[in-house]
Amino acid sequence: MSSGRSRDKKSENADFARRHFLKQLGGVTAASATATTAHAAWGGSSLSDTFADFFQQHYREMSAEEIKDTLERIERKARKRYGVDIHCKDTAAMDGVLFGYAINVSKCRGYRDCVHACVKENNLSRDTQYIRVLELDRDNMNLHDADHYYNSDTVPVAGKHYFPMQCMHCDNPPCVKACPVEATWTEPDGIVVVDYDWCIGCRYCMAACPYQARHFNWGYPKLPADEITTDTHYLGNRPRPRGVVEKCHFCVQRTREGRQPACQEACPSGARVFGNLLDPKSEIRYVLENKAVFRLKEDLGTEPKFWYFRDK
Amino acid sequence: MWVSFLLVFMIIGILVYFYQLSNGLVVTNMTNQVSWGFYISNFTFLVGVAAAAIMLAVPAYIFDRKDIKDVVLMGDTMAVTAVAMAIMFVVVDLGRPDRIWHLIPAIGKFHFPESLLAWDVVVLNGYILLNLAISSYILYQHYHGREPKRSRYFPIVLIAIFWAISIHTVTAFLYSSNSGRPMWNNAMLAPRFIASAFASGPAIMALGLQIIRGMTNYPVSQSVINHLAIVTSIALQVTLFFIGAEIFTEFYNEGEHAASARYLFLGLHGHTALTPWIWTAIALLLLAMTIFMIHRTRKNPVFMNIAFIFTVIGIWIEKGMGLVIPGFVPTPIGEIYEYAPSIAEIMITLGIWAFGLLFFTVMAKAALPIQCRYMQKNSDPPHPEACTAFKPD
Repeated sequence: MSSGRSRDKKSENADFARRHFLKQLGGVTAASATATTAHAAWGGSSLSDTFADFFQQHYREMSAEEIKDTLERIERKARKRYGVDIHCKDTAAMDGVLFGYAINVSKCRGYRDCVHACVKENNLSRDTQYIRVLELDRDNMNLHDADHYYNSDTVPVAGKHYFPMQCMHCDNPPCVKACPVEATWTEPDGIVVVDYDWCIGCRYCMAACPYQARHFNWGYPKLPADEITTDTHYLGNRPRPRGVVEKCHFCVQRTREGRQPACQEACPSGARVFGNLLDPKSEIRYVLENKAVFRLKEDLGTEPKFWYFRDK
Repeated sequence: MWVSFLLVFMIIGILVYFYQLSNGLVVTNMTNQVSWGFYISNFTFLVGVAAAAIMLAVPAYIFDRKDIKDVVLMGDTMAVTAVAMAIMFVVVDLGRPDRIWHLIPAIGKFHFPESLLAWDVVVLNGYILLNLAISSYILYQHYHGREPKRSRYFPIVLIAIFWAISIHTVTAFLYSSNSGRPMWNNAMLAPRFIASAFASGPAIMALGLQIIRGMTNYPVSQSVINHLAIVTSIALQVTLFFIGAEIFTEFYNEGEHAASARYLFLGLHGHTALTPWIWTAIALLLLAMTIFMIHRTRKNPVFMNIAFIFTVIGIWIEKGMGLVIPGFVPTPIGEIYEYAPSIAEIMITLGIWAFGLLFFTVMAKAALPIQCRYMQKNSDPPHPEACTAFKPD
């Protein structure tokens, strides 16, 4: 594991001074805002919320109290924007857990049920998909020859095989290194996450990712209000702002509570194996120990925690 | 006339930028496949132009060439202008410019030294400060009719010279560090960046100095222009050699790593949007190089200026559309999306160029009279008609 950096609430003095400074600044502006325009709508949210948004700290720098305020504000904004009551949590990583994924290529039939379950579960803009299933000739492993836009109503096609791809949650993630503001990092359970409220939208991480796993909100996410998943996580499926990067987060809102990721749950052919790499009795450990597994672009040294294998 | 012409483009650019701010980057033609486009292309080109200011600074400050010393401040001004424009191109490319304070060390969260983009922020801002320090000190002294103290400015000049190389090197590393994109992931990239910068930068400077000479009585010696022509000539030869070496390596045993190069130079699976651009660029650069290498054409003002213009356009294509875009095509997993800038991107880009030209004009108008007055008083022998005044507009 590269970085098991814990969320240290009491960091160095510099951090404290910075928070203090911003708090004062935010306090002054918020106070003047409430005095004059308590009910004013400013871009769909109150002026004090807008200021609080602007001065919001990096997720890992916030105190417990600041995080609570932030989560409440996120819920408030979702209600304003979509008229939906969401619950936004920030469940921390469990001890002794390191998530990994494996795909049984022999079983995948290319139905894309995982893709659609992911879109729904993760409140994705309807023009964005975290999972991409590639269709390739059976004797071909070269991704550059894959069909990304095959028709999933007529699968499986004889002589083809299917490769689902999503964020590989690399143990040595080039995207994390690239980010100029540390808006993306590896959590202690191995999930590479994005703080959507800290990302400046430079998209350098997208240039750095060798798996095309990162997606940008070019416009406002197209999210139908009546299809919103209301159980959300700060680092996961909460409604996203415009102009920031997002990606697969192994359904952090589910998996940190012991549930399956939506893609695995949706897969009709049992091709998906997800679990704790540190648990010797887990299915993923069985696969890694007993199957001939491989990873994509291993030569790049990114160390994906995402494997592929075949039955035969 | 000139200023109002620029102001029109600037205002259009600002208005279109507000349109982009209120709608998001969806008004550009960038996508998740080609996630950097025209803005970052122009940024890359301009960092090179800024770096090339040392082609005046080195002969002026290190080798004490009098003719170049007379115009070296214009080189510094051009460097400041180019970096300012480069920074603006990055800012208009940001999805969340309101969060730019996240980049400020101690207040935000600056990912230094891991992120190459953080390095770029450091070197570009440092370069602008160094150049401003040098030129404002020298101008201040000249304004008071004093000779600038060498011991005061020379150490900063030395740092600025090395710093200039660093800005374009870091910008090249920004690309070459991405192991997932074989076209960029190449040790040749930084040398290629430096070589092409030393062609495009001096070419722009030569054109700018001749325009200043035409518009004002400011003495720009032809020997300075000739010096810049020779620098451009050598840099072009090296640039074209580097491009050739890269083409050979990509195509002799062509593998998947050459997919972007194939897309750029020959087209990939019938997609050829960039092919005419890159061959235009190579043709322009070859023509310019030939003009510069033949003494009679290089010394002919018309041919020489054609060669300077060809160099600027050629490198602008090669460093922008010819380097940034094909790095994204095909994507690392083989998808092809053909990018061309949207109207909004073009208008904002023109706005930033207009701002740059206006900024340079204003700076030059402020600096040149100070320089003139100083020269009239302190030249030995005195400049015969040393810039009495600006010609009327």
